[in-house]
Amino acid sequence: MVSRGFFGRKRPQLSRPIPPGQYLEDGFPVLSAGPTPRVDLAKWDLVIEAGNETLGRWNWEELQALPATEMHVDIHCVTKWSKQDTDWRGVTIDTLLESAGVTDPPGDYLMASCDGGYTTNMPAEDVLDGKALIAYEYDGDPIEPAHGGPVRLFVPHLYFWKSAKWIRSLRFMDDDAPGFWEAYGYHMYGDPWKEQRYSGD
Amino acid sequence: MAITCTATRGKSSGTAGTRPDGTRQSRTDYRQLRFRLSHLKQLAVKPPTLEWQTATVDRVWVETSRVKSFRLAVPGFGRFKPGQHVDVRLTAPDGYQAQRSYSIASAPDGAGTIDITVELIEDGEVSPYFHEVVREGDRIELRGPIGGPFTWTAERGGPLLLAGGGSGVVPLMSMLRHRTTSAGEPVRAALLYSSRALDDVIYMDELDAISASDPRFDLTLTLTRNRPPGWTGKTRRVDARMLRDVMERLGRPALSYVCGPTAFVETVAGMLVDEGLPPDTIMTERFGPSGT
Repeated sequence: MVSRGFFGRKRPQLSRPIPPGQYLEDGFPVLSAGPTPRVDLAKWDLVIEAGNETLGRWNWEELQALPATEMHVDIHCVTKWSKQDTDWRGVTIDTLLESAGVTDPPGDYLMASCDGGYTTNMPAEDVLDGKALIAYEYDGDPIEPAHGGPVRLFVPHLYFWKSAKWIRSLRFMDDDAPGFWEAYGYHMYGDPWKEQRYSGD
Repeated sequence: MAITCTATRGKSSGTAGTRPDGTRQSRTDYRQLRFRLSHLKQLAVKPPTLEWQTATVDRVWVETSRVKSFRLAVPGFGRFKPGQHVDVRLTAPDGYQAQRSYSIASAPDGAGTIDITVELIEDGEVSPYFHEVVREGDRIELRGPIGGPFTWTAERGGPLLLAGGGSGVVPLMSMLRHRTTSAGEPVRAALLYSSRALDDVIYMDELDAISASDPRFDLTLTLTRNRPPGWTGKTRRVDARMLRDVMERLGRPALSYVCGPTAFVETVAGMLVDEGLPPDTIMTERFGPSGT
């Protein structure tokens, strides 16, 4: 349905397209459901689990000691903004699994759990083969707390709510299960290029 | 606010219930039954697909020099909760589409209409269209309601602390309107509303009226930039002392809702945590530089 009298503002020439329904944002908006948690790095750790079994555990120093990977990519938030050419640094999930001595991912799905109680789900393959980071740097600096620091999951090919802020655990599961926003009707997968914002999209 | 997902590991098998031989269920059977119940519950609450709907603009009115409200008639719009929003989609003749989210300002009253309140963002794309083009009788595509934790309904109780910065007051107004129209004695509620100037205060007359008629409602306005002559209210950004004053009159809030620009929300939510409120009773929604 054409909206009477709507022509859109002058659209910038983009070096790369952005997904449908998105607009370009230069700033870096913040979206969280609750207060920004205070994280004590001295007590911080990250675990990878399968069921009730802990496969690997890293404290802050141990995470920093693992080989780092950098990603230069565009990010897309379900609230309609996209941001191009962002730089992130962290450790790939592949590196973490290797460090834990895990050769085969012990489940087809993942639940990420965070300080503050946030959770989000995704297929395991979406974080493997260098597609995702446990990120601790944005644009050359430590990630700010409001943006998920000290450490957030970074899965840039999915809507940004999947890149869970303040991550503390990744749990492998045999079956998919909804995380925090997914239980409220947001899409179980969230591919921005297919505009999978809400359940049924 | 923390939503734990129901267990899906381990598929249940067999029939939970009294066995053919009449023996009582084992623990495992109970576990299976619980699993099934949680699974059913999950299916029951699984939200339906959000279809795009065509709304008709029923009424347009001016709130402030930079804010207008729009009453949209949306036949068959789902029952919403105060605090939720809609996605609006505009389409240009060449097929280009722009989408934005707008909080619902009205209370769920079953009237078949919703009100949205739109602040004009100078270099925006959708808000200038609403301000300069949209008139009564126009059709607008939207879908909703959307949004989960940032919602309040009367049965969730109080005392209720609402803190809004600028147009962040919009979803809080839906909660206040719902509170006023709900059956029974309304829960104690306080609104702490930070605005640049008196002329920028949205819903001023209505807030004054609720404040005057409802002893269980406490209104604190603070004007951070310009004050009219004779202004005796607050004149600074929300700080811990202001929050403590509000909470002294309100009582310890059972639920707090904070909505506004990122800096406002970060500060206020952080101060509420400092005051000892459990983080999972503090719901936030941030208006970043997005939402244009």
